Amino acid sequence: MKSFFVSLVTIMAILCLSGTVLAGDTIKIGVAGAHSGDLASYGLPSLNAAQLVIDDVNAKGGILGKKVELIRVDDVCKPEVAANAAQKLVSDKVDAVVGHICSGATKAALGIYRDAKINVISPSATNVELTKSGEYPNFFRTIAPDDAQARLEVDFAMKKLKSKRFAVIHDKGDYGKGLAEFAKGFLDKAGAKVVLFEGITPGAVDYTAIVNKIKQAKADAVIFGGYHPEAAKIVMTMRKKRMTTAFISDDGVKDDTFIKVAGKYAEGVYATGPIDTSKSPQAIAAIEQHKKRFNADPGAFYLNAYAATQALLGAIAKAGSTDYAAVSKALRTQWVETPLGKISFDAKGDAKGIGFSMYVVKNGRYVLAN
Amino acid sequence: MDYFLELFFGGLTRGSIYALIALGYTMVYGIIQLINFAHGEIYMIGAFTALIAASVLTLLGFNGFSLLCLAGLIAVIYSAAYGYTMEKIAYKPLRQAPRLSPLISAIGMSIFLQNYVLLAQTSDFLSFPALIPEIAFLDRFAAFMMPSEVIIFVTTAVVMICLTVFIKFTRIGKAMRATSQDKTMAMLLGVNVDRVISVTFIIGSALAAVGGVLISSHIGQINFYIGFIAGIKAFTAAVLGGIGSIPGAVLGGLILGWTESFATGYVSSDYEDVFAFGLLVFILIFRPAGILGKSSSEKV
Repeated sequence: MKSFFVSLVTIMAILCLSGTVLAGDTIKIGVAGAHSGDLASYGLPSLNAAQLVIDDVNAKGGILGKKVELIRVDDVCKPEVAANAAQKLVSDKVDAVVGHICSGATKAALGIYRDAKINVISPSATNVELTKSGEYPNFFRTIAPDDAQARLEVDFAMKKLKSKRFAVIHDKGDYGKGLAEFAKGFLDKAGAKVVLFEGITPGAVDYTAIVNKIKQAKADAVIFGGYHPEAAKIVMTMRKKRMTTAFISDDGVKDDTFIKVAGKYAEGVYATGPIDTSKSPQAIAAIEQHKKRFNADPGAFYLNAYAATQALLGAIAKAGSTDYAAVSKALRTQWVETPLGKISFDAKGDAKGIGFSMYVVKNGRYVLAN
Repeated sequence: MDYFLELFFGGLTRGSIYALIALGYTMVYGIIQLINFAHGEIYMIGAFTALIAASVLTLLGFNGFSLLCLAGLIAVIYSAAYGYTMEKIAYKPLRQAPRLSPLISAIGMSIFLQNYVLLAQTSDFLSFPALIPEIAFLDRFAAFMMPSEVIIFVTTAVVMICLTVFIKFTRIGKAMRATSQDKTMAMLLGVNVDRVISVTFIIGSALAAVGGVLISSHIGQINFYIGFIAGIKAFTAAVLGGIGSIPGAVLGGLILGWTESFATGYVSSDYEDVFAFGLLVFILIFRPAGILGKSSSEKV
């Protein structure tokens, strides 16, 4: 019995020791998001962006004399997994986090980061409450919040498409439902008729029932808050039933996978997305970098994540340390040149200098709608 | 009235989808009292195989009905092989074990197959070609029921009739009935129980593959996770109609489909699942063995 105890204690001591090696030699940046699973197309470009920016910075000698280290965790865009991922990053003693990608996952993780005093900057989490509620002073983002998206969708539908009867559908998640509620609010205020406001279950076998309901309600436009798998199914069912209702959605649908899956039925679908700054020289350089390193075009939120990482590392350099309060202040006071333009952050954590545009699928690609 | 009919036919399609998959669940349960949780994954593998087969066959110049039949046939053979192997690996060694062990084994098999396909293929959603060709004379009903929906419903009905005939009027059907009544006695009377169980799994998996091909053509996209959701709903349908009973599986599927469709249409899509599972609980309170299920008393 005694020898068992001795060996147990010895093993535990060895395991504990191995964890304390090399503390404090590098600046650790955690990158969290969906790196696998059905929403990986949202998270992988951000991971690549962070890697490229960090490699650039390290090539120039690092920050404050230290190298920057990237620690990645996968949250498959699920809130429960995101909480675990956050715990892991906190225990790895990261200095700041770029992520998460999906609003629901980000919300689940933010409390953990806030209590550990870690700054978090997301390239894609657009749920409005994350900044406007004031509950997460450690949160920043390089993308406009959902009320801006909803505003754009409503304005576009009413002014350009002249739609009068709206069916607002969402996927019951933080992101989709939040967007849908904003859209409904704006529609009500503008005096438009909201004939339907309902949530669908993501991942269901088919959506004929809700499409029937949209048809019955004689809506001339559908505003959908949610992600591309459900949007693809709904659009396909609608078009197969010969419905010509306009379909307007959000940046969760402005993704090439949507076009790939929906095929010819994707034509004419509208979706909001980050303003296209890809003609700026910085953006062109960043995209070229991705093509050279990864042999492929970057995907969704790439430039947002690029800008986020640049802003974060820039703030650490300006603050002269990785101290939570100092970096937080630096983010709010400095303006950084990024592929998205010159950006800074306001008191709530939203980016100044960033917005959304409306895109439409034409000939199998997303182009700017006018 | 139009609206009611649309919801009715929508529910009919959805119900047929659940029924097609539920038939496999109910068959396996009827013979060896095992809920094969990996059945949904066989459905998913059938869909993936059909996608790969269809891509290759299209390059070779096939199209239309022959493409559907050939891709479907390949998917059926492949899935049947999976079902047979799965039974030999995960369930046969546990035949003498308490009821819980093969159940856990089935769940493990389900997770294993999901991740196997995830790693072997991709985590992305893949576009599935509309293999079911447009049938001209059905076009005017397009608003009510699309050609693919009609085909799915007709297939379900045909499969149900064939299965019932098979079980009632063939020798191996008789052997299956004997095995489900009392396995040990059937063995003593000379029934090759191993072969009966293998045949059950092969037929069940073939059905799942047929479902996979037709339903994926209808929905238009597949993903490694579709088996899980479809499996849960089909399992609910099978239990609702009486697990172990073939007409029960179809009835359960249709009732579930109609409940969901009408709940969405007349109440709200938000409560679709509430109505569906609420109905299940309600039915089980009054008929614990399901609507057409036989409550069997255990002989001591």
